[in-house]
This record gives sequence, C-alpha cells and structure tokens, in this order.
Amino acid sequence: MDKTLKISKIKDGTVIDHIDAGKALKVLNILGIDESNSISIGIRVMSGKIGYKDVIKIENKFLEKIELDKIALIANRATISIIKNYEIIEKFSLDMPETFKGIVKCDNQNCITNAGEPVRSEFSTVETNPLTIKCIYCKKEMSGDEILRNI
Amino acid sequence: MLKNRSIISIADLSDEDINEIFTEADKMLENLNSGQKMNDMESRILATLFYEPSTRTRLSFESAMQRLGGSVISMADSKTSSTSKGETLADTVRIVESYSDIIVIRHPLEGAALLASKFSSKPVINAGDGSGEHPTQTLIDLYTIRKESGSIDGKTITIIGDLKYGRTVHSLLSALARYRVNVNLVSPESLALPKHVYNEIKGRLKVNVSTDLEPFLAQTDILYVTRIQKERFTDKNEYARLIGSYKITGREADMLPSGAIIMHPLPRVDEISPEVDNREPAKYFRQAYYGVPVRMALISMIAGE
Repeated sequence: MDKTLKISKIKDGTVIDHIDAGKALKVLNILGIDESNSISIGIRVMSGKIGYKDVIKIENKFLEKIELDKIALIANRATISIIKNYEIIEKFSLDMPETFKGIVKCDNQNCITNAGEPVRSEFSTVETNPLTIKCIYCKKEMSGDEILRNI
Repeated sequence: MLKNRSIISIADLSDEDINEIFTEADKMLENLNSGQKMNDMESRILATLFYEPSTRTRLSFESAMQRLGGSVISMADSKTSSTSKGETLADTVRIVESYSDIIVIRHPLEGAALLASKFSSKPVINAGDGSGEHPTQTLIDLYTIRKESGSIDGKTITIIGDLKYGRTVHSLLSALARYRVNVNLVSPESLALPKHVYNEIKGRLKVNVSTDLEPFLAQTDILYVTRIQKERFTDKNEYARLIGSYKITGREADMLPSGAIIMHPLPRVDEISPEVDNREPAKYFRQAYYGVPVRMALISMIAGE
C-alpha cells in the first residue's frame, strides 16, 4: 500500500494540524498569509483522532500569540507544530484564551466599540464548545458564523 | 466600600454594597422628610453627560446632588455640543473628569458607560447605555419593593412589557437573581428577553415565560410594567403593530391579591391606564420619588469624604 504523504514535509515553518474539516481556507484567510510563504493545504484528510481534518503547512512562518488566538476562534482543536530543519522542535494544542482583544469586531452595531472610539474590542470566552464569546462592553454573545464574519 | 468606585452594572455591587446603599437611603429619606439641610457634598461637583433625552433620571440625579449641598454641571444638548463636531466620548470624558468629582452618563450605545469609566479617573455612574443596563434604576426598584412590599425574598414578581429592549428589566432581573423570588416574564413574542440575559439568570431564578398576563395576576406580589421602547425600533411599522398590545387597567389591578403593588420605571405611554393611578397598588410615582434618596445615598458613598 502506498504510504506516501499527500503533503510534503517542510524544512522550516509551522504545521497547523487537526483543523476541523473544511475550515483550512478560513484559517488561511484570517492569518493573511502573503506571497512570501509557500503553503501546502490538505483538505478532508483522514484522521484517527477527529475523523476528517484539514492540515496547513506554512514555510518560513512562525505564528505569534495574536495569530494563535485567531486560529482558536475558528478551529480550537487545532494543534501547532513548529518545524526547524525538517524536525518538530515544539508541538502544542491551542489554549483557549480567556479574553480576545482587538481580534473580533462586535456584531452589535449599537455597541460603543463600533462607534469610532479609541478602544480595541474585547471579548471573554463564555463556552468553548461550541465557542461562545461575549463582548465586555455591550455583553453581546457571539458564536459560529457571527464570529467568523467579524474577524 | 463604594468610595471612588464606578457603577456600570448592577453586577458591580455585592449584596453587602446593596444593603449599605439601602441603609444610607433610609437615612437620606428621613432627612428629606424632616427637611434637614445636608452638606455632605459641599464644594463637590457632579457632571451629567446625557446623550439621550431624560427627565426623571437626570432631574433626580441633579436634585440628589443639590440636596446634598453639591453643585451640578451639565453638557448642553449633545446635538449642539462638541459631540456634534465629531468629538469621541473618550475625549469628552477626559475633559469633563477634570471639571468634576463624579460623572453620570446616559448614552444610546451599549457599553458607553464602561468605556467612559476606562477613560476617567473619577467615578462614573451609568444612567443607561442603549438597551444595556441602568443600575441606579434597579437599586430604586429594589428599594421600592423593600419599602412598599416589606421584603424582596419570597415574593412573586411579574414583569410585563418590552423585555427585549427594556434595559431596566435586564438590570432588574440580574439583581433579582440574588434573592429567593419567583419571576414571571410576560411579553409579545417579538419582545422576549434576549438570550444573553436569559442565560445569565437561568438556574438562578425560577422563571415562567408567557405571552398572557392574566393567569399570573392572582399570584403576583409585584407587577412591574414597562413601556415599549419606541426609540430602539429600526422598523417603525413593527412598533406600530406592538404598541397597545398590553394594558393594565382597573380590571387587571382588581385581579391582584391584597397587598400587591404595581411598579413602572416611567415614563409610561399607554400601558397603565390613568384610572389605576389612585388605586392602592399603584406605587410608580412613589418609586420615582425614591429615586432621589437612593441616588443621594449612592453619590454620597461614592464621592463623599
């Protein structure tokens, strides 16, 4: 049986694994990856752990805290591997942040954070499954598509 | 201790804080009734920033401060002030805090009072932020129940009206969850309680939800009536459809048990018929009167020596 990997290894960079099937493109979209990075994407890859999953490998890119928090908003079961010289030097699951600052816009148009005031949006995590977050200003709760369209 | 603390949400206050406010309000009420001159706030200034029309709340805050011997400064109509030139609320607050010792704000956007408190080193009191919270109204509501009904624990409170946009209802429910009470929520379906408020109180309060008031009346100790919030409707046809969808008349008042009271945060439109005003259960003007001693207590505890 052919055991060849469908996605080739990367020399240096980040592997985002165990993304919920079908969400890889959304993850790429919010990370705003530009032309300087090579990317491999596996969509609906079989996984023993979560059934089908998506995988993203990004060459020469190491994620910052705010980018990890953004991924947590979309795919909180994802795992991150940091690759140096073809070796995994660090692997971790995403922590669900207790607060999200400046990442998501509040969906409530009547919220003061949408009125041009000099403040960053701020949400607290109410539930992790399904992910529900709450604006600390107007108390609006958001989940699912509401979060996605406001990232 | 409330000294120098902002009051943005009723959740900012502990049970002890609330009890202390009520004890202080009792003293203020006594002083008011006896005509005793007070000077707790002498040489202190309260600033009112009202970005929305208000009569009772603004006047009762101003009256409370002046009764305490303090002074009041107010922003002119926000349509003619620097706000109309595009100044942010954050900038306005940073300026006003240097002119005053305590700031009271009402704003049409939710979260405005919290934002103001983040930009002010002086304490901020939320006097209503959009369809968010109105914590001092809640204190007055609880105080009225306590004064007119004897206690809060053990009571059945039926709240009827605009549960969706009515901010007094959101703050009141959050506060009632601290007590052993039964709550009936009655509204047209399209004005039902928002999910986030329901989530906050579920499990903490015994709640019945209905569109029909009558079955609850005989078991109600406090009937709390609210107005449909016309100013929050983007669809004026929807407002026209709902206005008049419920009304408390002498008939409903007669169905309440002996000792029951009717409350309303005011202003009313047509949801309580004037024929109810002189009946025993009608306590909504009394409720408005309590606004002054409760706000006096709050101001003096926050900004006093």
